[in-house]
Amino acid sequence: MKHLLSAADLDKDQVLELLATAEQMHELQDREVKKLPTLRGRTLVNLFFEDSTRTRSSFELAGKWLSADVVNVSAKGSSVSKGESLRDTAQTVAAMGIDGLVIRHPASGAPHQVAQWVDASVVNAGDGTHEHPTQALLDAYTMRRQIGDLAGAHVVIVGDLTHSRVVRSNLILLQTLGARVTLVAPPTLMPSGVQSWSDTDGFATTYDFDEVLPTADVVMMLRVQKERMSGGFFPTPREYTVGYGLTRDRLQRMAKDAVICHPGPMNRGLEITADAADSARSLILGQVSSGVAVRMSVLYHLLGGANV
Amino acid sequence: MQRPDSQNNNAPSAGRVVLSADDVTRALRRIAHEILEHNRGADDLVVLGIPTRGETLAHRLVAALAAVEDVAVPVGSLDVTMYRDDLRRQPMRAAQPTRIPECGVDDKVVVLVDDVLYSGRTVRAALDALGDIGRPRAVRLAVLVDRGHRELPIRADHVGKNLPTAHSERVHVRLFEDDGADEVRILDQEEVAGR
Amino acid sequence: MSDRTYLIKGADLLGTGRTDLLLEDGRIAAVGKLGDAAQAAMIEADGLVALPGLVDLHTHLREPGREDAETISSGSAAAAAGGFTAVLAMANTQPVTDTAEAAERILDLGRAAALVDVQPIGAVTKSLAGEELAELGLMARSRANVRVFSDDGRCVHDARIMRRALEYVKAFGGVISQHAQEPQLAGGSACCHEGELSGRLGLPGWPGVAEEVIVARDVMLARHTGSRVHVAHVSTAGSVEVVRWAKSQGIAVTAEVTPHHLLLTTDLLSGYDPVFKVNPPLRPQEDVDALRAALADGTIDAVATDHAPHARHDKEHAFAEAAFGMLGLEQCLQVVTTTMVQTGRMTWADVAAALSTRPARIAGLAGHGRPLAVDEPANLVLIDPSATGTIDADASQSLSRNNPWHGRTLQGRVHSTFLRGRATLLDGEVQK
Repeated sequence: MKHLLSAADLDKDQVLELLATAEQMHELQDREVKKLPTLRGRTLVNLFFEDSTRTRSSFELAGKWLSADVVNVSAKGSSVSKGESLRDTAQTVAAMGIDGLVIRHPASGAPHQVAQWVDASVVNAGDGTHEHPTQALLDAYTMRRQIGDLAGAHVVIVGDLTHSRVVRSNLILLQTLGARVTLVAPPTLMPSGVQSWSDTDGFATTYDFDEVLPTADVVMMLRVQKERMSGGFFPTPREYTVGYGLTRDRLQRMAKDAVICHPGPMNRGLEITADAADSARSLILGQVSSGVAVRMSVLYHLLGGANV
Repeated sequence: MQRPDSQNNNAPSAGRVVLSADDVTRALRRIAHEILEHNRGADDLVVLGIPTRGETLAHRLVAALAAVEDVAVPVGSLDVTMYRDDLRRQPMRAAQPTRIPECGVDDKVVVLVDDVLYSGRTVRAALDALGDIGRPRAVRLAVLVDRGHRELPIRADHVGKNLPTAHSERVHVRLFEDDGADEVRILDQEEVAGR
Repeated sequence: MSDRTYLIKGADLLGTGRTDLLLEDGRIAAVGKLGDAAQAAMIEADGLVALPGLVDLHTHLREPGREDAETISSGSAAAAAGGFTAVLAMANTQPVTDTAEAAERILDLGRAAALVDVQPIGAVTKSLAGEELAELGLMARSRANVRVFSDDGRCVHDARIMRRALEYVKAFGGVISQHAQEPQLAGGSACCHEGELSGRLGLPGWPGVAEEVIVARDVMLARHTGSRVHVAHVSTAGSVEVVRWAKSQGIAVTAEVTPHHLLLTTDLLSGYDPVFKVNPPLRPQEDVDALRAALADGTIDAVATDHAPHARHDKEHAFAEAAFGMLGLEQCLQVVTTTMVQTGRMTWADVAAALSTRPARIAGLAGHGRPLAVDEPANLVLIDPSATGTIDADASQSLSRNNPWHGRTLQGRVHSTFLRGRATLLDGEVQK
């Protein structure tokens, strides 16, 4: 494995191995000495074209705990207006002789493009409204720790699917692990072409959250930005919550052992109530703490071995 | 992805047998006696196996210790993958579990267990890994087979069998729990190539 | 370049039969079985098809403003290499061609390059802002004699402005070439066709309906005003339906399709290669099929390249941030040969109509798109329909390299181009 650009880059065995390694890495967090010498002498650059403190610090810590030299480069702001192309920026950074490039970019596909221009291993740390494969890995990791094997599990993903990078990676990864996925959103927030897409890939879609709620083993709530109102995607936050929020009432109608995920950051009161977010079913804090372990596993798998 | 040291070969007929199932059992029993004698009992002992077959042997060794002294010596595993110095020369290896017994390793006498001692690099990595977990009072090394060709100043305290080999030969340790049978074989160059 | 006399021996005239052509003093002096002329340079045209010089209704030459991407001179060379004798230069330069002076400057630069007739298109609105009409009449009265007006790159989306523009150009027989893209349905971030692939790729898409509602509105405005509207780069089956209906109603609408919309589909975007980012976007196969059928049956009048050169540093961005557009002049005829002629959908006479006669008529270019007959201007192109070639982006007259055909094998080769009897391309070599 040279790059991790999409959840689709991973077959089931690779996912399971990444998650198994992540478990070993996770235990490290309880130790006094949290550092492994594994990536000593390797250089990792976090090239972030948009702010994301959480993801960046997670990758930074992952790299440092594996003894890599980690450099954060903030390339925020439109490179178009700066007169430097994405290719220039990426190649300039790569020319410093680095081994890994973790890229976050507000435009979909940017890490895919960069991977064609540089020799280093590229990790997609979130691109536009496309993918966020390490988030999907840590979501799967957290779910598996709670409910075990995901084969046959019913995962319901609810929210702003059009503008979510998380949903695409999760959909692919969960299906790789054999889960049954249902996407729930109002028609205006469904990704374009979702009908033919779901026919091809074999997942379900519905506009009716309540219909699928009782059979869900995992309910994953996605952030909905209030700004979407101005785009006419839904009339008011109140109406959205009634139709698609994880309310106290819906919390009570969940199956007995069903759990709640939210990749964050949460909009409490809009897509998820405090009751749900803080309930015993919630894996939300676990998702955060798993982040470093999963990213250590990814970095180890990309940079730890010989480049074949 | 597999550990090259694990010698995982499922062709049971290749090579010649140098240790039979009984030999393996006897060797472990003797090592158990040696450990107890050297340690003057089982106090403060912790046995850690290096996955995969070292871990299997560690559990057998603890059973052998119990048979001699009627004690439950804490046992666990110590994965060294992340500490290897040859990571960049090899294809990706999967990390194996590290399981440290609840008592920890601080001020304990840790017995590291592996199947084959060869270059010594795995043991070097194990010592580094152990150092990140705690500070044992002493570390001892038990191996089923010592085949020579050390590349580092490392020696075993307890050896099941010293087995002079050529570089080109390969030592295959097979254990019931991992491979369905107990035996140690040597494959010569041609047999290695012919696999 | 030379003002020599040329004797073309044995060219297949529009695919109707072999004949000789004598080009003299800028005109076709003789057609038929001709003996050797002592002064004439002979061109052995065995196996070559002769068509009237091609006319491109839609070219971006980038000068003035972005001479690093293309100049009128380099774009003219690309046009000659593609078999064109006239190109209409879009108005979205810097500054915009929205005055008589700006239009005359482009005309003059084209004449200085002298490889193809460069006819400026005037902006419909000042600075392409879509708010106030540009000086349409002054551009029409200028030496540049502007007849086609377009805000291409942007849609004249305000219905009131569009109505006034259509009414106003009636006074001098002008036509509005509309970039049909409803900006609320296909806004600033829209960078590809909206469909399953854009959903998977997470790219903001623009749906075909954003084009179709403007085409539908504009044909009704053309009917209401009794004026002429031309639909630039039609890209969807729905737009074709509207145009077909409008023509059946006798509405004065014409339409063009680009070579890339005749062959390339939205699937090419799966690798996020910005070379394939173009506006309107590449559409699914169903649309491509409908466009080919519409071109064959005449619903779409013309093929126009939308040749849009871009410097590397404007293309090598993240897909959503990269510039729209692809090259088209040099491979246009090959694409049409591959998609329409080879497949039996069009004859060479049909190709002459779609790439020369009709675009010349739409643009009001009297000297172009004429029959290959005695006393007509000697504007013609010779093509070798049996040759195939793999396209190399680096082997281009254009200053830019955003060539979507790179690495593809296309049918046909442009052999020679003549502009008023002068060779601008001879056996594949541009005659600068």
